[in-house]
Formats: sequence, C-alpha cells, structure tokens
Amino acid sequence: MNPLLDFITQPLGYAFMVRGLIATLLTGIVCATVGSYVVLRGMAFFGDALAHAMLPGIAIGYLVSGGAREPVFWWALLTAVLSSVGIGWISRSAQVREDTAIGIVFAGMFALGIALISTVRNYTTDLTHFLFGNVLGVGPRDLLLIGAFGGVILLLIFFFYKEFLVLSFDPLLAATLRLPARSLEYLLLILIALTIVVSLQTVGVALMVAMLVTPAATAYLVTKRLPIMMALAAGIASISGIIGLYLSFYLSISSGAAIVLTATAFFLLVWLFKRLSDMRTQRSAVGN
Amino acid sequence: MQIIKNLPQQTLPIHHAAHIPGTPILKANNLGVQYNHFIALARVTFELNVGEQVAVVGPNGAGKSTLFKVIAGVLQPSSGSVKIAGQGPRGHICIAYVPQRSLVDWRFPVSVADVVMMGRIGKLGFFRWPKSRDWQLVHQSLELVGLDNLSGRQINELSGGQQQRMFIARALAQEAELMLLDEPFTGLDIVSQREILKILETLQQRGVTVLASTHDLQIAQESFDRILLLNHKMIGFGVPGEVLSTGRLLEAYGGHLHLINEAGATIALGDTCCDGDGNDESLA
Repeated sequence: MNPLLDFITQPLGYAFMVRGLIATLLTGIVCATVGSYVVLRGMAFFGDALAHAMLPGIAIGYLVSGGAREPVFWWALLTAVLSSVGIGWISRSAQVREDTAIGIVFAGMFALGIALISTVRNYTTDLTHFLFGNVLGVGPRDLLLIGAFGGVILLLIFFFYKEFLVLSFDPLLAATLRLPARSLEYLLLILIALTIVVSLQTVGVALMVAMLVTPAATAYLVTKRLPIMMALAAGIASISGIIGLYLSFYLSISSGAAIVLTATAFFLLVWLFKRLSDMRTQRSAVGN
Repeated sequence: MQIIKNLPQQTLPIHHAAHIPGTPILKANNLGVQYNHFIALARVTFELNVGEQVAVVGPNGAGKSTLFKVIAGVLQPSSGSVKIAGQGPRGHICIAYVPQRSLVDWRFPVSVADVVMMGRIGKLGFFRWPKSRDWQLVHQSLELVGLDNLSGRQINELSGGQQQRMFIARALAQEAELMLLDEPFTGLDIVSQREILKILETLQQRGVTVLASTHDLQIAQESFDRILLLNHKMIGFGVPGEVLSTGRLLEAYGGHLHLINEAGATIALGDTCCDGDGNDESLA
C-alpha cells in the first residue's frame, strides 16, 4: 500500500471525519466570500463582537433542549440576527464611540451566555464546544442546515453583488443613485450573522473572526479584483480546512484551532512572500 | 469602521422624476443646514441654467460639501428648498456627486472600468447585470476623459489627475445632467488641472451643468461662467468680475485672506477654518 495514499484515506474511513470535512469546506467557502466584505469595510471587530454576542442564544437553546444540537442552531440564528441589527442600530445612534458601544454590548452578551451555561453542572465540555467548535460532532442533519443556509447566503451575495460593491466603495454614490442603502446595509449585516451561525460548529464563537478575516485578507494581498479575491479566499479557506482537519486527526489537537492556525500560516507565508517580492522590485527600480 | 452611520435618513425606490420644461436645472431657495447649534449653511439662494458652469468658492469648512450633499438629495436641509428641474432632489438620478479624491479608499479591489460601471447601477435596477450597451457607455465615457487605455487598471495605479477623470467618467456613464465636483483641482499639478478644464469644456458642449468647489481663484475666474462665494452664508453669486471683489473676498475669507498678485494671477490664501462656528475666527 502507498503510505501517502494511506495517510489521506485513513481518516476518510470514519463517517464523522467525512462529515467534518464537508462542513469545513462549506463553511470555509461561505465565510471567505462574506469575509471579503468584512475585510474591505473594516468590520473585523464587528464580526468578532457578533460571534461572541450569540452566546446567550446558544446557551438558551442548550438549556431548553437539554443539549440537542438543532434547537441550539435555531436559537443561535435568532440571536445573531437580532444582535446584528441591534449592533447596526447602536452604531448609528450611540452617544459613545461606535467601537466602544460594540465592545460594551458584546462583552455583556458574552458574559450573559457564560453565566447561563454555567448554571448547568459539568458545563465545561459543552462550553468548550461552543467556544472553539466541534466539527467532528457534525451530524447529517447539521450538514443539511449548513448546506441550505450557506447556499442562500452565497446566492444573496451573488444577486446583490453590484449593490454591495457600490455600498462598500462609495456609500454616497449609493445614496445619490437612490439605492435603498440602509436596507442593503442591514441585509449585509444579517448575512454576516447567518455566516457566523452556519460556521458555529466548525470553529466556535471565539475563533470565528479568523474564518471571516484571515483567508480574505490573504487573498487581498495577492489580487486587486473583488471577484478573484472572493474565489481565492474561498480556495484558501477550503485548503486550510482540509489541512487543519488532518492535522487535528493525526496530532490530536482541537480541530477549530488547527484550521485557524493553518489559515494563519497561509497568511504569514503569502505576506512574507509578497514583502520579499516587493523589496526585490524596489531594489531593481533603484538599481535602474 | 462605519456601519450605518453616514447613510441618509430615508431612501426612495429608484425612479426617474420627470423634468418640468422651462424651469432652471437647479434652483436653491433660502437654503439652510444646521447641526445642533452649528449653522453649516444659511440663506443660500441661486439658480443654475442648463449647461452653466459655476465655481463654488470659499475657505475650508465653509459648507461647500454640505451644499453639494443637499443638492444631491443625500442631506435634508433644515430650511429652504432645492428644486432640480422643478422637482425635489430625491426623485432624481440625473445628479452626479463626484467625491473628493482624499475621501476614497484607493486600495479597494476594483478596476477603473468597474468604478465607471458603478454609475450605471441606478439605471440597471436589481437583479440585472450590465449589458453590452452599458459597457459601451462605460468605454465611451472613459474615452471622453482620455482613460480608455487604462480601463483594466486597479484604481490605485492611477495618478491624481487620472483618478479625478475616472470619477468624471463615472458621472458621464450615469448620464448625469448636473455634476457636483467636490474639489476637482485640489492636489493636482498644472498639467492635470488643464486636462480637467478641457473635459469641463467638453461637458459644456454636451449641455452638462457643472457645480465645482475650488480654492483656486484664478481657475474660478477664468474658467467658470459664474461664481458662488460661500462662507456658511452666501456672500455673492454672479459673474467672476462682480463677485471676486476684494471686499467680498475679505468677507468670505476674513482676516486670513492673503491676496497674492503674481504674474497676473491672483491667489487667495485662506485659513483652514475652525470646525466650531466658523464666523468668529474668520471675521476677527
């Protein structure tokens, strides 16, 4: 037997690994596409805050269902949509600086979530799953939900491509062109919220922002076209997901952490490579 | 990060308000804008005829951008009214606002043609992709400003003058009849400024009405039909010779105005006005 082939196929003998891989690929593609807007619009903090602010919803779903996963998904969905609209509203009408307001809300919500979960005895294992993900625990039904919602998110990003582009590049143009700017803005916030819910089982709330930001930022280093940036980011996220899961399988490390570390390594590599090539072009320009 | 902050209070569905014939393209009547207790604009009254080119002159922070936003229908005036071809500004997409270059994210991953195509979006509507006619208009607009050979470049690779011309091409692709150019000459070298002025001539031949804010009194005097002198309130509106009198300029720029006569050119050096309630310093 070929040892390399063995290395690749052995984990695929386990159904949970196959489901985990599919979930990772799906969420990676969705996160990277939506994350391109997060990176370009400077919304990394918003994404991070939104992911953390979902914890109370997750906690309620967990408490009312006694640990079943599907109610957790729906409760997380509800909280995420409410939080995204709420944070959007705060950013518009807050008396304090916008990032301060987001910081207050997100830490408060996160604390509430932890408080709720801590009412259950032996809560640490479950809390860890919510915080850092449990992609190997993805069931067939979870996969269905991830696929359905991921598909809807990608379709909406595709259909509203030109509107989101104008809104992100030049909000004033969007306003003079009579686009329903505010509704589109909320739609984008809700799409980010849905993306986070869909990715919950893969990386968990604490590492979510990495899935949104790191692959998109890596792609942004090498391309100056938005569609290519989205496609590249999706590719980087997928490869990071696969490598991360294999690392997790063979080295027995947390799957969410392994995926994020792989994506981070990709970013560092590309960044370093770009720095070196920029320096070389600069030097040759000086040499002339 | 700005999530929703800077968007207008309400947005209307896309539609094209009919022009009422015989009315001026722009009519501002006793316009005023007030933020809390700060008066940004007061008593601004003027009319523009079709094809006219008017320079808006005044110190920094005099309310030039505020005036443009009100005309574009993005900002609601606290008092007075704006009529575009006889109707309120909100019903029109024939107005193009050309932003200051300094306020644009030039690292945004789009090409020159992508940006110009954004001007077509108001006409396209939802769920429609640009057709060959839209691309044709984009390339014609780029040709008119002399950028067609750069249409595939990333916007960051353009020079300042080229960036400005790209935005004018976007306004052309929008089929705008009224263009609001926010500081189109600022930060450009003489050659680039001349290129913009040449494009303005072409616009005039096409019957496009232009309102452009500028600090350059010489450009305002030589290249524009009329001048609107502004420092929160309207100080003068009329032909350059009439409006650009030393007395009026002193009123607009206050004690900070330095008129320098050099090689036949007059340059006004205003202060960078305070962001408080402007008049106190400028009238000191």
